[in-house]
Amino acid sequence: MAADTHARQIAGLDALELAPARRAGLLTRVWAGTWPVVLAVVLVLAAWELVVLAGWWPEYVFAGPVTTLTELGHRLGEAEFYQALTVTMRRAVAGFALAIAVGLVVGALVSRIRPLRRAVGSLITGLQTMPSIAWFPLAILLFGLSESAILFVVVLGAAPSVANGLIAGVDYTPPILLRAGHMLGFRRLTLYRHVILPASLPSFLAGLKQGWAFAWRSLMAGELLVIIANRPSLGEQLHFARELADSPGLLATMIVILVVGILVDRLFGLADNALRRRWGLHQVTA
Amino acid sequence: MTAPLTEQAGGRTDGQQPAVRLQAVSKTYGQGKASLPALDNVALDVAPGEFVCLLGASGCGKSTLLSLVAGLDAPTAGRIDVDRRRIALMFQEPALFPWLTVSANVEMALRAKGLGKRERRARAAEYLETVHLGGFGHKRPHELSGGMRQRVSLARALAQDADVLLMDEPFGALDAMTRDLLHDELERVWRERDLAVLFVTHNVREAVRLGDRVVLLSSRPGRVVEDFPVTLPRPRRTDSAEVAEQAGEITRRLREEVMRHGAAPNRVPREATADGR
Repeated sequence: MAADTHARQIAGLDALELAPARRAGLLTRVWAGTWPVVLAVVLVLAAWELVVLAGWWPEYVFAGPVTTLTELGHRLGEAEFYQALTVTMRRAVAGFALAIAVGLVVGALVSRIRPLRRAVGSLITGLQTMPSIAWFPLAILLFGLSESAILFVVVLGAAPSVANGLIAGVDYTPPILLRAGHMLGFRRLTLYRHVILPASLPSFLAGLKQGWAFAWRSLMAGELLVIIANRPSLGEQLHFARELADSPGLLATMIVILVVGILVDRLFGLADNALRRRWGLHQVTA
Repeated sequence: MTAPLTEQAGGRTDGQQPAVRLQAVSKTYGQGKASLPALDNVALDVAPGEFVCLLGASGCGKSTLLSLVAGLDAPTAGRIDVDRRRIALMFQEPALFPWLTVSANVEMALRAKGLGKRERRARAAEYLETVHLGGFGHKRPHELSGGMRQRVSLARALAQDADVLLMDEPFGALDAMTRDLLHDELERVWRERDLAVLFVTHNVREAVRLGDRVVLLSSRPGRVVEDFPVTLPRPRRTDSAEVAEQAGEITRRLREEVMRHGAAPNRVPREATADGR
């Protein structure tokens, strides 16, 4: 009887303390995420048109939005565009995947082994600040004008960010969780696997996101410099558009590069949001 | 009403090995002039199945003492006898892993023991049932209230199947009503499982409500000042006159201790665990 009241009291308190979960409907969320973007795009297009109308450059040097978007629409209907996009994306994915692997291994080793950390910790950050285009002369010397040269620079551009993300995550594992893990009987490697690695996930994800940005930049620099015959790519299209003074084509390719970069970044944003929601780190917004 | 030190005061030792034994334990942080004694020559026994509350003002090294017993830190001098494989520690904060569900958090205690997944899940469900959280296994820690999280933490500690449960002000951050309920919970679990509990608190009534003995520590450095046996029949209530009376007596003794520090300016002690909330 007493135990029963007790259990009911507890259940009552629990029910009172749990706020009902409220999350806006899918349509509302999509709309809330869309309209600012649409507005921003409209504003940019308007500013672009104004600059063209101002007449600082002739139309064949700096094409207006209408000409450019028409050209873009035209390209989207051609197989060649998709070939170029495929080549570029394949390079991006391969390079980024390799960068993640390298970054993971380096980050894990450096965060675990103290002397190694002293030796190469600041080197990693140094590499991160090194402009990737500065690597290309060496890469071309080493690998010639080849896929390997591009891959080399993409990996060098992205891996330090990935490694740094992991190292920061390991460093900022809350001490209380380490102590809890220790009390539960986890030591060294098992502690690393079950507590430290999962705890560093948010920081690692941030590192991935930054790594992607570096990989994408490095790739574009590489495709402008390392042009391989019979292998169309976005960077190559950019290069030839400039050679041929094809202003609408050049701007159209730039838009594609920008949009791809944004879309992938959005994917990381979604992953980050999902993680935050799972961990209870998200801000409650009205 | 300090009872004379009968065999009761020594705990239910009855010739068996104590679950925890501290002999002349001292802990000093830092070295030379900057050194800061946190604990000085502490002797303390906790018998199997005994509930001992450690009471003291801030800076008495209560949390330090628990860290030493738990093996998270090493004493500067003295000896601590305890089976470290049979010990569980509950912190002031729930210290749950945010990337795991409630059930998986409890399962972590079983994972270190090498149990299979199905077995782990079933056992975790039992422990959650014990703390009245049967239906919440699939939730994430952040979806629960503070009191519920602390109960998950208790379930996780129980899942370690320890003989000794160390508790570092586990209910300090909770509201009074939740705390009262958790006192009942803890008492029930303690009896069912015959645990030795070392419970740190600065709340005198809480200490009298729960403990077989209340051990009063002095501050800076921490020393055992007095050992109060609590012989009131269980279950006790925090708001009963008997608990209030004995708490009043211990509070007076605690006040004397605190006042000794009023004259000299104090350095802030560094405790192993932050005492603040």
